[in-house]
Amino acid sequence: MVTAQSHAGKGSFDLHDVSVTYGSETAIAGVSMHIEPNAVTALIGPSGCGKSTLLRCLNRMNDELGNATVGGRILLDGVDVYDKEYDPVELRTKVGQVFQKPNPFPMTIYDNVAYGPRTQGIRKRSDLDALVERSLTRAALWGEVKKDLKKHAFELSGGQQQRVCIARALATEPEVLLMDEPASSLDPISTQQIEDTIAELKEYVTIVIVTHNMQQAARISDKTAFMLRESMEHPAFLVEVGETRTMFTNPGDKRTEAYITGRFG
Amino acid sequence: MIRLNGWSAIVILAAIGIFLAYGGARALGEVGFWTLVTGSEWYPTIAEPRFGFVPLLIGSAAVTITAIFLSMPVSLAAAVFISEFANKRVKEVAKSIIEFMAAVPSVVYGLIGIAIVVPGVKEAFNLDSGLNAMSGAIVLAFMIAPTIVSISEDALHAVPNDLRQGSLALGNTRWQTTYKVVLPSASSGVLAAVMLGMGRAIGETMAVLMLTGNAARIPGSLFESVRTITGTIAAEMGNVVQGGLHQSVLFTLGLVLFAITFLINLVADLVLEKQRRRWRR
Ligand SMILES: Nc1ncnc2c1ncn2[C@@H]1O[C@H](COP(=O)(O)OP(=O)(O)O)[C@@H](O)[C@H]1O
Ligand SMILES: [Mg+2]
Repeated sequence: MVTAQSHAGKGSFDLHDVSVTYGSETAIAGVSMHIEPNAVTALIGPSGCGKSTLLRCLNRMNDELGNATVGGRILLDGVDVYDKEYDPVELRTKVGQVFQKPNPFPMTIYDNVAYGPRTQGIRKRSDLDALVERSLTRAALWGEVKKDLKKHAFELSGGQQQRVCIARALATEPEVLLMDEPASSLDPISTQQIEDTIAELKEYVTIVIVTHNMQQAARISDKTAFMLRESMEHPAFLVEVGETRTMFTNPGDKRTEAYITGRFG
Repeated sequence: MIRLNGWSAIVILAAIGIFLAYGGARALGEVGFWTLVTGSEWYPTIAEPRFGFVPLLIGSAAVTITAIFLSMPVSLAAAVFISEFANKRVKEVAKSIIEFMAAVPSVVYGLIGIAIVVPGVKEAFNLDSGLNAMSGAIVLAFMIAPTIVSISEDALHAVPNDLRQGSLALGNTRWQTTYKVVLPSASSGVLAAVMLGMGRAIGETMAVLMLTGNAARIPGSLFESVRTITGTIAAEMGNVVQGGLHQSVLFTLGLVLFAITFLINLVADLVLEKQRRRWRR
């Protein structure tokens, strides 16, 4: 029997002077921050300021692009994940990701959710069944799909597909869940459902979410990090990071205030 | 525009079919379609000629199916390598090799087969002659590889990148991602690629004519000489009496070949269209 893990207190990141260069263009530089476990951290900033780029550093998905070089140090619970010995495949079982556009695999709902666990060698039907149910429950989809787990995932609505993707990411029992604008292609009701899901998930996982929706960041996050790229000649940087409430009521930086009040971006 | 193209294709195909049927009218009347298609002996030039297509159909099938089985594993592996693992430079080199392979005239493949494959097969299997179905199939396997590789590669390439990203982000290696997500997603395109390769193999004439030994008998094994449909038409058409029964029978044989390749291509097209629609989300 696979027991439910909560990883309480695990899944904290420490970033030291992180930079990312695509070919010859440095997209972000000098990013240092702490990401707290079992909390929701929102990355905000105008489009093109490197939010996705920074997010992809945390599960080393930048490695897969072929043209990206990551500098600085990134520690997950004190361990350098860019160490030569560190296997990115292993990292990604601890740090899951939900993408901007729902990307379920062309297979049944069940097989989508069981995909990660099967890779990890879980074969026993009862174990998989339990994991699939638990993950779908956590993704707030179980009630809607429990009767047709054999349905092809493409037959679901966009919001349901995205929650399948959340369940799929949760099924490997990650310590951290990265979400890159997970509701940007969804309608308001689906967005609401995803936001509700996130609020419940932080009990089990650390969440880092990219969003360009200020209200959303204010509603769902505990911490907010604001990034900005002031000109194309210079890389983007982290303007400030802090308690979401403080950031939105009493920002420490004029540029943060300008962005939050909608003066640019 | 698309509809016009569709209709003109149908008109052209119908015209070819009617033309072949017209050429075969005498044979269809005097011998009969059923007798031709089920006859097991092909002796077209003796005093009381026998026009049975079965040895030729079996000859074509033996060579084609063997060629598919030989070509498919390697071609598919090449397509996966090009689409999923090779970097840009390697990809370009591989693609130009494949284009080159497709551009080599069939008679050149035949010559290479005579020089290398026929003696090789004779040696390897300890035979009296290397001119047999196996030699033809080996050379055909190379000839249909460009079709299978390039069409499967297209199908793999069409699999959206966010599926790969999704699988990698779940802690799968590239190889696991390829066989668990990418290949199943492209399966119908790969199937179509194999079918189009098959269509190409059945229609191929010159190389098989040079390599298979051309005995119009039902073979007992792949190491016996066979005669294909195409080889028969090409070899005999020059020696027949204009308007004679033999000529008309060859037209009917052409009609059968045309129907087989048309069906294979039609099914492959339907499969490909289904595959394309899949990603129009
Ligand atoms: N794969 C890539 N190759 C090259 N440049 C990239 C790539 N991904 C992002 N960039 C560049 O990095 C910068 C930041 O992009 P991104 O991280 O997507 O920003 P955001 O998510 O905040 O909109 C942009 O200038 C973008 O053009
Ligand atoms: Mg982005």
